Amino acid sequence: MSDLKAFRDEVKDWLEQNCPPTMRTPLVADEEVWGGRNAKYKNPESKLWLKRMGEKGWTAPAIPKEYGGGGLDRDQIKVLNEELFAIGARPPLNSFGIWMLAPVIIEYGNEVQKLEHIPKIIKGEIRWCQGYSEPGSGSDLASLSTKAEDMGDHYLVNGQKVWTSYADKADWIFALVRTGPKEPKHTGISFLLIDMADPGVTTKKITLISGKSPFCETFFDNVKVPKENLIGEENQGWTIAKKLLQHERNFISNFGLAGGGGSGTKGIVGIAKKYLGEENGMIADSDFRAAVTKHKMKEHAFGLTLQRANDEGAKASAASSIFKFYGTEHNKERYELMISALGNKGVVWSGDQADDNEKDITRAWLRTKANSIEGGTSEVQLNVIAKRVLDLPT
Amino acid sequence: MKLVLSEEQEYLRETASNFAKEKTPVSHLRSLRDSEDANCWDKKIWDEMVSLGWSGILIPEQFGGSDFGLTGISVILQELGRTLSPSPLFATSVLGVTAINQLGKEDQKKDFLGKIAKGEITCCLAVDEGTHHNLSNVELSAKKTKDGWILNGSKVFVIDGASADVAIIIARTSGIKGDLQGLTAFITDTKAKGISIKKVPTADSRNYANFEIKDLNLTSDDLLGNVDDASDSIQKVLDFGRIALAAEMLGNTQEAFDVTIQYLKDRKQFGVPIGSFQALQHRAAKMFCEIELTKSAVMAAMNAADESSNQMERLSSLAKYQAGQTLHLVSNESIQMHGGIGVTDEYDIGFYLKRARVAEQIFGNTSFHQSRYSDISGY
Repeated sequence: MSDLKAFRDEVKDWLEQNCPPTMRTPLVADEEVWGGRNAKYKNPESKLWLKRMGEKGWTAPAIPKEYGGGGLDRDQIKVLNEELFAIGARPPLNSFGIWMLAPVIIEYGNEVQKLEHIPKIIKGEIRWCQGYSEPGSGSDLASLSTKAEDMGDHYLVNGQKVWTSYADKADWIFALVRTGPKEPKHTGISFLLIDMADPGVTTKKITLISGKSPFCETFFDNVKVPKENLIGEENQGWTIAKKLLQHERNFISNFGLAGGGGSGTKGIVGIAKKYLGEENGMIADSDFRAAVTKHKMKEHAFGLTLQRANDEGAKASAASSIFKFYGTEHNKERYELMISALGNKGVVWSGDQADDNEKDITRAWLRTKANSIEGGTSEVQLNVIAKRVLDLPT
Repeated sequence: MKLVLSEEQEYLRETASNFAKEKTPVSHLRSLRDSEDANCWDKKIWDEMVSLGWSGILIPEQFGGSDFGLTGISVILQELGRTLSPSPLFATSVLGVTAINQLGKEDQKKDFLGKIAKGEITCCLAVDEGTHHNLSNVELSAKKTKDGWILNGSKVFVIDGASADVAIIIARTSGIKGDLQGLTAFITDTKAKGISIKKVPTADSRNYANFEIKDLNLTSDDLLGNVDDASDSIQKVLDFGRIALAAEMLGNTQEAFDVTIQYLKDRKQFGVPIGSFQALQHRAAKMFCEIELTKSAVMAAMNAADESSNQMERLSSLAKYQAGQTLHLVSNESIQMHGGIGVTDEYDIGFYLKRARVAEQIFGNTSFHQSRYSDISGY
């Protein structure tokens, strides 16, 4: 315990000296940092903060030091997060590389691959995107048909991916490809890393119902991929794919928590009081107050469940499906409550008859509809729980 | 605060789990019911619980207990809840002990807690007077007399009221119905002149009674705590009770769920196990999620009680709410998924439904706790 106390002091000191002043202020929408070759930093202190945290390995505190991570244990990570929270520090880096890819390279990659890719992920030098779904392969992901033909020293990749998040801004893509066209569908898949600067890779944005375009279509037209970019064994990509999905689901499930805005004026309670009025300090509309309370109680119990999973030391597993299912459904409910509280201000698309905050909520509400679809639909999560956790027959 | 059991708590849980399976499977409750047992619990079983030290888990060591905390006794109740095991453990060793501990003078603690630890007496807590739990609605009056106090009024649905040796009675000494202030606790022999006890046979085949209290004369020695000042302490007793009961309800839920999942694997229709049908799988998976949330809420509430956290009240309401909602869902779905045999008396699953509805309304149903949580949180 005293070791942990010393560590806490060390973290405090280091943050005091290294976290730039503006990085201790609430995040502004267009100052989110995703890194990558073409990253632009509107605020130069974002870049400095990423550089310092990346060098320390604290953008990925759980990853071993030899690959550039923080090499911290569970308790130390908790301390680090608490201290970051205490000073209101912004996340130095958002990264699919850290959230999803790095853990599976650690588990399935060879030493050369680990040393080549992981440090660049941690420092935010390379930005990754995910190439899983295809136009004909959504929930039935294993039916994917993007093919990678063995050409001796390289694979020749042809096909199309869809829902590739931020593919237009990413440097590399981790993709599922079919290497065994004659094998049963689950056993003919491989996990490939592809440099998007290679000839034959193109992307096209998809506009969502929210009007925004976080996703793209990505096309592969005779792309040559060196064999050293295969993670794990050929035709064993499905195992890796499922593992990565568990990491992704864990990450998406955090949406279920209201985060910083939960209790303040931007949270559902604050909004309800502002737009529906207060009576003795309470939300005036008693039906709405009851609905909000139910929602907040579920959120409280859900947050405690994430904490318990962490305290029990549960790694990414089938249990992540519980979090993914619950977290995303809960997040959708929150935004339904928010636009309902906003009334006619909650459905304004553009113009100055609603303020930016109101319009942001409208767009965010529409974005949440994808939460229970991306990373495996809610129905797929329920299938996973039924089959892998409850062991119900197929 | 870590949301995992300590080694000692885990050991208690295991002991209780074995005890429940070996000594009090559901057939134990069934035979008490069928024989129309007056107490609805078995003295021999209770003596064994006492010898394991369970009656004194919340009692400080100097009074003969082990001072093992609410988590300790709650994990036992959780395991006993799996087999619907009836005993005075909840009313005596959670409610009675906490009330005496909170409010009692040193000599009262020495006397009552010592006897409880040894299994010499059992207790009940008489709070409610209406159809729904609400502490502030107490009207039973206690008026000062020359020599002490005279009590008049009624109490309903007193847990273990038909068997307890000692009753803790919450009375109004000032103010009116609706006030949380002006309440006073008394402790008395249940055989005292002026108390008439009527057993209430309930769906869950457990022990409840209504009290008619007419000119019950008590002395100042029978006061538990100060006059007009019981409400904060009783709130704490009720919260301890809610948390422990939520743990027991979690145990009810887990067993009803496990039995149902097994049934889905065993029962065949259309040539396949019915558990292969997605319509049932998704409902089972959703129940599983709710059970996981309930485990966390109960665990956090037990911790908060043992750490005297200022979040205890809020977490107590969260735990009772979540446990109530989940048990409600699972007890209904268990019957439906069992089909025809689910509604037969021969099959045990119906006992869980009957216990569920009783436990759900004790010390506040889900709507009570939703409203309380909302008030505490300032929504």
